[in-house]
Amino acid sequence: MSAISTKRLQKELAEIRKGCPAGITLLEADDLAVWFLSIEVLGESVYKGEVFSLRFKFGPRYPIESPEVVFVVDNTHQAPIHPHVYSNGHICASILGSEWSPVLSTSAVCITLQSMLASCPKKERPTDNDRYVRTAPLSPKDARFQYHDDTV
Amino acid sequence: MSDESDYYMDDSASDNYYDDDDDEMVDGTQDSDRESSPASEGEASDDDAFGVELSAAALGKVKRKSYEVNFETLSDAAVDRLMNKEAEHVAGIFGLEPSTALLLLRHMAWNKERLIEKYMDNPEAVRKDAGILAAPPLAPTSSSSSAGVRRSARRANSVQPSAPPSTPFMCPVCCDDEPPNTYALACGHAFCSTCWETYLHTKVREEGEFTVRCMDSDCKLLADDAFIARVCSKEDSKRHHELVSRNFVGNSSQYKFCPLPGCSYTISCPSAASKSSLMTIVPTVKCPENHVFCFGCSLDQDHRPLICHVSKLWLKKCQDDSETANWIKSNTKECTKCQSTIEKNGGCNHMTCKKCKNEFCWVCMGPWAEHGNAWYTCNRYEEREGVEARDAQSKSRASLERYLQYYNRWANHEQSARLSLDLYSKTEKKMEEMQTTSNLTWIEVQFARKAVDEVFKCRMTLKWTYAMAFYLAKGNEKELFEDNQRDLEKAVEDLSELLESPIDPDNIPVLRQKMTDKTVYVLKRNEILLDDTAQGYLDGRWKWNADAAILNEAE
Ligand SMILES: [Zn+2]
Ligand SMILES: [Zn+2]
Ligand SMILES: [Zn+2]
Ligand SMILES: [Zn+2]
Ligand SMILES: [Zn+2]
Ligand SMILES: [Zn+2]
Repeated sequence: MSAISTKRLQKELAEIRKGCPAGITLLEADDLAVWFLSIEVLGESVYKGEVFSLRFKFGPRYPIESPEVVFVVDNTHQAPIHPHVYSNGHICASILGSEWSPVLSTSAVCITLQSMLASCPKKERPTDNDRYVRTAPLSPKDARFQYHDDTV
Repeated sequence: MSDESDYYMDDSASDNYYDDDDDEMVDGTQDSDRESSPASEGEASDDDAFGVELSAAALGKVKRKSYEVNFETLSDAAVDRLMNKEAEHVAGIFGLEPSTALLLLRHMAWNKERLIEKYMDNPEAVRKDAGILAAPPLAPTSSSSSAGVRRSARRANSVQPSAPPSTPFMCPVCCDDEPPNTYALACGHAFCSTCWETYLHTKVREEGEFTVRCMDSDCKLLADDAFIARVCSKEDSKRHHELVSRNFVGNSSQYKFCPLPGCSYTISCPSAASKSSLMTIVPTVKCPENHVFCFGCSLDQDHRPLICHVSKLWLKKCQDDSETANWIKSNTKECTKCQSTIEKNGGCNHMTCKKCKNEFCWVCMGPWAEHGNAWYTCNRYEEREGVEARDAQSKSRASLERYLQYYNRWANHEQSARLSLDLYSKTEKKMEEMQTTSNLTWIEVQFARKAVDEVFKCRMTLKWTYAMAFYLAKGNEKELFEDNQRDLEKAVEDLSELLESPIDPDNIPVLRQKMTDKTVYVLKRNEILLDDTAQGYLDGRWKWNADAAILNEAE
């Protein structure tokens, strides 16, 4: 961890501990470089009653570079069925790639993803899900996403 | 800056009868009448007519040949000047800072005319799209320096280091609450200098990105070159500048980078800058590192005499059909008589089986004896329509066969050209031998090297003539083209064979004379072919067959 990212992450963590945005809970941040947060859509949505888990990995160049963010997929967790979320948990969102800005934060990313889920009218996998999952790199940050229409 | 020496014979070319620079040969001016009758009968048999060693006096300034183009190499500084000239032009028209003009030009992919038109029409929309601060009343930037105020009056994006806007200030990126130094673009979003540096470094060095936005998430303002130069390290700023000029050159039709990996020379070739010019010329150029490439399509070789469009068609076809054609490339064949394996190890097509002494032609596998007076059976594929074109199946077989006939010869010249480079090392040895076993000077043994160079170059021409012949429509013009092709091919094969002949010390003067004569003849034949095809493009003489029919319509 570089000086920039350490100071910044400590500050973010302190703020999150003080109080998360509604529907978002810090699950674990024992390692300053890997955090887990739970996320759910409050109110009416196609994901009513579902709780998802997000994993954030922060590299040494955070926040100049975006964090690696995925939905956790294991025995107890599933990725939401959403046109921008692949079944392996990778997320196609420009905010995590080309639209990333160093002033964005962990909570800002969570809120964006939350509203991405909230605005989804129909549960559907991305059309290229199978092909992508078969060949996907370990980290979504190494994938070359053609960002789907972010307004969906 | 001019590269004239690349096209014109040096007046002072002295002891050699042709240019040391290997590709621009003197044209035997006395024989100019021959050029106009390229296919006259009997010429091939008395090649010695050309074997006159030209004296230095005969070398006048030769004008650029019909198949050559004028070009020049641009230094990095020259590219900068061109780029800045564009920026200053735009800046002058609209009263902008040059660095703002550069951002606008980059945004418009350096299309100056379009930029001017759009900016006239709606400057605010263009500025917004390009990530430049809106023109109306200046947002108070926290700038404390007078330069910042003056500049911001012209509404450039770059603003100077500033005292933190208000105390206490905390950098929103690193959360440092007492940074020693902060910078902000004209939008006023201030960040500490360390964060700016790291951010710009990441963009420029890691991502190879020269379009860098303000770090604020909702801000679309771009960092201009003045800002980057001020904030970045020297190396990062230099790299940024490189990225910008590569973008400039990459977006212009006037300039091209040398396509060889690691080479960064820029070439300018005005006569080949328009798309339509590429229908009639093949702009072969050479960077100062002697990398030969096509200015039109950036292919890293000289594909004369075939124009870019058709060359591309051919290369694509070769790629698509490579599986089928692979067997052809094989380096070994069986002797037609005794079936023992024969490996091709020189550039010559005249094969002699070590075992049974059978002599045959590598290309057509026919007896070599027939080639002395009927060479053309080898350079021309007789299209056997009628008999075989009965049903669809045999039609497609016929078309594959036809392709393979041309491909075979194409690949053979390619391979032989490479083998002739191997031969060069052998030749070098011969040269050394000759120097020690005879009283010849180094200059006097150069004829062998010249011969190899000429063979290589002409095989490249021949290679592309087969691609060209594949696409030429049948008829008189194609036949004349193939006559030239055959004459060159015969000359090249003769010279190749001569290069492989054993060297007998007593024989050197004779060999030297023979090789010199043949080399002169070969270069003459190559020139005739290239000149005739170049002329043919200008006259609209070349018609393409169904495989390249698109091009006939395009004309
Ligand atoms: Zn900072
Ligand atoms: Zn800004
Ligand atoms: Zn080069
Ligand atoms: Zn080309
Ligand atoms: Zn044999
Ligand atoms: Zn033959």
